Formats: sequence, C-alpha cells, structure tokens
Amino acid sequence: MLRYSLSRLVRHALTDRPWSRAWREAKPRNRYDVVIIGGGGHGLATAYYLAANHGIRRVAVLERSYLGAGNVGRNTTLVRSNYMMNGSTQFFEFSLKLWEGLSQELNFNVMLSQRGQIVLAHSPAQMDGLARRGNTMLLNGIEAELLDRGQVQHLLPYLDYSPAARFPIAGGLLQRRAGTVRHDAVAWGYARAADALGVDIIEGCEVTAIMHDSSGAHGVETSRGRILADRVAISVAGHSSQVAAMAGLELPIESHLLQAFVTEPIKPFVDHVISFGAELFYISQSDKGGLVFGGHIDGFNSFTQRGQFPKVEGVAQCALALIPGMSRLKLLRHWAGIQDMTPDGAPFICRTPVRNLYFNGGWCYQGFKATPAAGWCLADTIARDEEHPLVRCYGLGRFAQGGASLDEYGHGHWTYRH
Amino acid sequence: MLRIECPLCGERPYTEYRYGGDADKRRPMHGAGGIEAWHDHLFLFDNPKGPHREFWQHVQGCRQWLLVVRDTATNIVAEVALARDARGMDRQGPGER
Ligand SMILES: Cc1cc2nc3c(=O)[nH]c(=O)nc-3n(C[C@H](O)[C@H](O)[C@H](O)COP(=O)(O)OP(=O)(O)OC[C@H]3O[C@@H](n4cnc5c(N)ncnc54)[C@H](O)[C@@H]3O)c2cc1C
Ligand SMILES: [Zn+2]
Repeated sequence: MLRYSLSRLVRHALTDRPWSRAWREAKPRNRYDVVIIGGGGHGLATAYYLAANHGIRRVAVLERSYLGAGNVGRNTTLVRSNYMMNGSTQFFEFSLKLWEGLSQELNFNVMLSQRGQIVLAHSPAQMDGLARRGNTMLLNGIEAELLDRGQVQHLLPYLDYSPAARFPIAGGLLQRRAGTVRHDAVAWGYARAADALGVDIIEGCEVTAIMHDSSGAHGVETSRGRILADRVAISVAGHSSQVAAMAGLELPIESHLLQAFVTEPIKPFVDHVISFGAELFYISQSDKGGLVFGGHIDGFNSFTQRGQFPKVEGVAQCALALIPGMSRLKLLRHWAGIQDMTPDGAPFICRTPVRNLYFNGGWCYQGFKATPAAGWCLADTIARDEEHPLVRCYGLGRFAQGGASLDEYGHGHWTYRH
Repeated sequence: MLRIECPLCGERPYTEYRYGGDADKRRPMHGAGGIEAWHDHLFLFDNPKGPHREFWQHVQGCRQWLLVVRDTATNIVAEVALARDARGMDRQGPGER
C-alpha cells in the first residue's frame, strides 16, 4: 500500500502522474474463508478488522453497486456516544474511541471533527431527562455537560431566544467529543486498508442466494457466479429482510426512508452539531459551508430512495423554529436512504439460527457512528463464533425474552417511531 | 408525492391519511397461541420490496380505514378498497378483540 504522508504529498505534487488506485479491482475467487455481503461502511470495517485483528485475510466484500452507494454515502455524518440505555452507552462509547484513532489506524484522513454536540431541552421535564442521560454517561466514564439557557445562548447565539419562540430553549446537554466525520472517506479508508491486507473488494456483484442446508451456510450465488465460503456475514442495511430471506430468516426489521438536506454554502455559522428537542431535527455545517440537516423518516415503509415532499416542508419548519436566520437560505440538494428500522430502535450484531451465517443490521438512524465498533464486534463474532461482549445485548432473540431495555425513548414496537 | 384514491372522497395526497401498517398481520386471538405467536405478530415484519397490502385511514376526509396495495419499490398504488369490505367477515381485523 502506498502510504500517504506530508512528504509523499509534496513529492507527488512535483510529478504529473495521477495517484495510483487506492484499492485493487478484485475478481471473485471460487472460495473464501469469509464472505461479507454488502460493501457499506459496516461490511468494509468488518473485513478490515477480520484481517487486522484476527489474521483472517481470505475475505471478500461483495457489493452489488459501487462502493459508498448505500447509506454510508448518504448519512449526515454525526458521531456521538450520549446513549442512555445500558449496553448502547458502552457500545457507542467504544465506537467513538475507535473514531478518535481511525485516521492513524487506516492511514487515511477521515476528517473527524470533534466540534461538540448539543441536545436541546425545551421544558423543565426535558432538562430532567437530559440530566439523567448525562449522569448515565458520567457513570460510564463519558464526559457530559448540562447547560442552562444562558450557557446555550453563549455557545449558540443564533437560535431563537425571543419571547415568540415556538419552543423556548430551557438548556441542553453537551458532549464535547461528539462531532462529524467525512462519510465517503470512511468507506474509502476501510476499503484501502482492508485491500492492503489481502481482502478482495468486489463491486458490481449482487448476492442472489445464500447456499445453506441443515449444517449451515456454505456460500453465495451472485450475479458474477457462485462463491463458496466457510462463513457468510450479512451487512446490507436497508435490504436486510431481502438478503436474510435468502437463508429462510424473517427479521424484526422494516425498511423506511430517511431524507437529508444541504443548503447552499455560507461562511462559518453553525460551529457545533445541534439536536432540536421539540422534534427529531439535527443540524451541522459541512467544511464546504453547507448546512446539513435531517429529521424523521417518511413514515411508511419504502424502498424508493426518493423522499416525499411534505417531509421537506416539515424539516424546513423545524429549521426555522430553531434558527430563524436560515429563512433565506436555498436548499442545494436533498436525498434519501433506506433505513433498517427495528422495534426498539436498537441494532443486531449476532449469530443466526443458520450456522456460520452472521447478521449485522437494524441500525435505524445510528449506524454511521457505529461503523468502527460494528465492524470490530462483527469481525470478532465471526472469528470466535460467539458474540463479542459489547454486542451480547444486540441479539435477534431479545424480543422473545421480553427485552425492551434498549428502547431509548420508550416508543414501543412501532418501527416507524424509532 | 404519494397520492391515494379514496373510494369515497377521490384522489388525495398521502398527508390526508394516517398510515396503519401491514394489513396481512393477524393479531392472535386472546388466550390463543403461545408467546411465540405474539412475538411474531408484534416484532417480525414481512417487509417486502414490491407489492404491500397495508392500511391507511383517511383521517382528514371520511375517516374510513382503507386497504391499499402499494408497491414499496415505486410507491405505485395498484388497488384501494374500504378495509371493512376487503376484510369481509374476518373477525380478526384491526380493533377486533
Ligand atoms: C439520510 C440518512 C442520514 C443518516 N444520518 C446518520 C447520522 O448522522 N449518524 C449515524 O450514525 N447514522 C446515520 N444514518 C444511518 C447510517 O447511514 C446507516 O445506519 C449505516 O450507514 C448503515 O451501514 P452501512 O454503511 O454498512 O450501510 P450501506 O452503506 O447502506 O451498505 C449496505 C450495502 O449493501 C449493499 N447490498 C444490498 N443488497 C445487496 C445484495 N443482495 N448483494 C450485495 N450487496 C448488497 C448495498 O448496495 C449497500 O451498499 C443515516 C442514514 C440516512 C439514510
Ligand atoms: Zn375518504
């Protein structure tokens, strides 16, 4: 692998040769130790950690489209670890710690920007809720700061503090280590580092069947032929139900559509990540200057990858209720991704009832920030054929065991409310 | 935008309706079926990429529950009927105990 460094950059600037490819264009082989279905952030990270942490290098990542075509290239790039429910608190903090070293680990700048995230409260009850969340974090060794209205106003002077504000701001919870990461760089960085360790990354290769019998999974049929494998992992985000059905599994997952938006670029304005407390709405500013924001899923299951207009309106209303100064900004682009929603808003990383078949999915709104930890823990689960301690709470059987304990907001089993 | 043709009110934007989920889910009768039947009913989803039979209620119109067949890959609506007609004598419809 060509190592990237400042001196390499300077030397390269003096030549007129293009940079070499960051990873090989691999052709599928007949057989692998592990085949990973889905070349999103999670699939690529899993391949990297299989090779880097476990020495398992005969690995293929099969992506039906191009790398980054899925949600890894469509999300709003927020990373944080302010989760309250036991299990998720520790898992997402582990992920944030991995983010903090990732650019060095991969020799690829993923542009982690720990600008801090502030979750707003608009009532005394919400302040109590945030205090509880913050205390849970502190008890787990994660820093958190409860801010009163004046402190929020000092940090975010451009919010609506007028008496006419529809949702007056009571305060907020700040996690300084939270922030954003460049999403494309995550896919590229993991792909390049995994490739350097011998992993085959195969784009344009759709899995159409999973070969399995009573002794377990043996490989996959793809648009580029049959590929045998000792172990198979599913990591396909919005298409989890479709691919799991190839092995006869029905999942606690429904696919819903989430939109995201970016405005025309402006000078530095929003220095943090802000989450509204009155509705699901969050905003940050990209390095190019666009305000990047998003809200709720569209509200009915869909694979169209094309959002409905009323959500555009609703999200814009949230933006203006929070930051009136945005009223004259133009929307530059908006897009959608297919999200794998679950009955408790929490994910799955686990073995399945089919031997040698592993599942990672159900990430709802939160899979980007989970990318390093999901890859790490899924790789470990595959290598040892046993769930990594951090993901024992994320099994497929938890609902049958009465486990509602990961539901952060107590919404109940309606997938479209998480 | 997704539009649904209500048999009573005519074609309207989906925002006039409330989504009611998969119409093929059957709520187990009380007392019948073990924990597994309830688990499957509450937590498992067919989640097809293609035609999906689903409920919508025309909350800002006639307030009738409709049974809609929508393709989840295109949002094209193939059929709409009043849920009470479509479900006929089925005693396990929504709200039935
Ligand atoms: C608009 C939007 C905003 C979001 N914002 C955030 C955020 O701010 N923070 C956060 O933490 N999370 C966020 N998320 C969630 C996050 O993006 C996802 O949970 C995460 O990216 C999913 O993991 P992935 O990267 O592996 O998925 P993907 O990139 O979707 O990868 C799955 C891949 O599987 C491939 N695939 C599917 N079927 C097959 C098949 N049969 N054969 C081969 N390949 C197949 C797909 O083509 C796809 O490339 C957001 C999601 C969306 C849609
Ligand atoms: Zn009507």
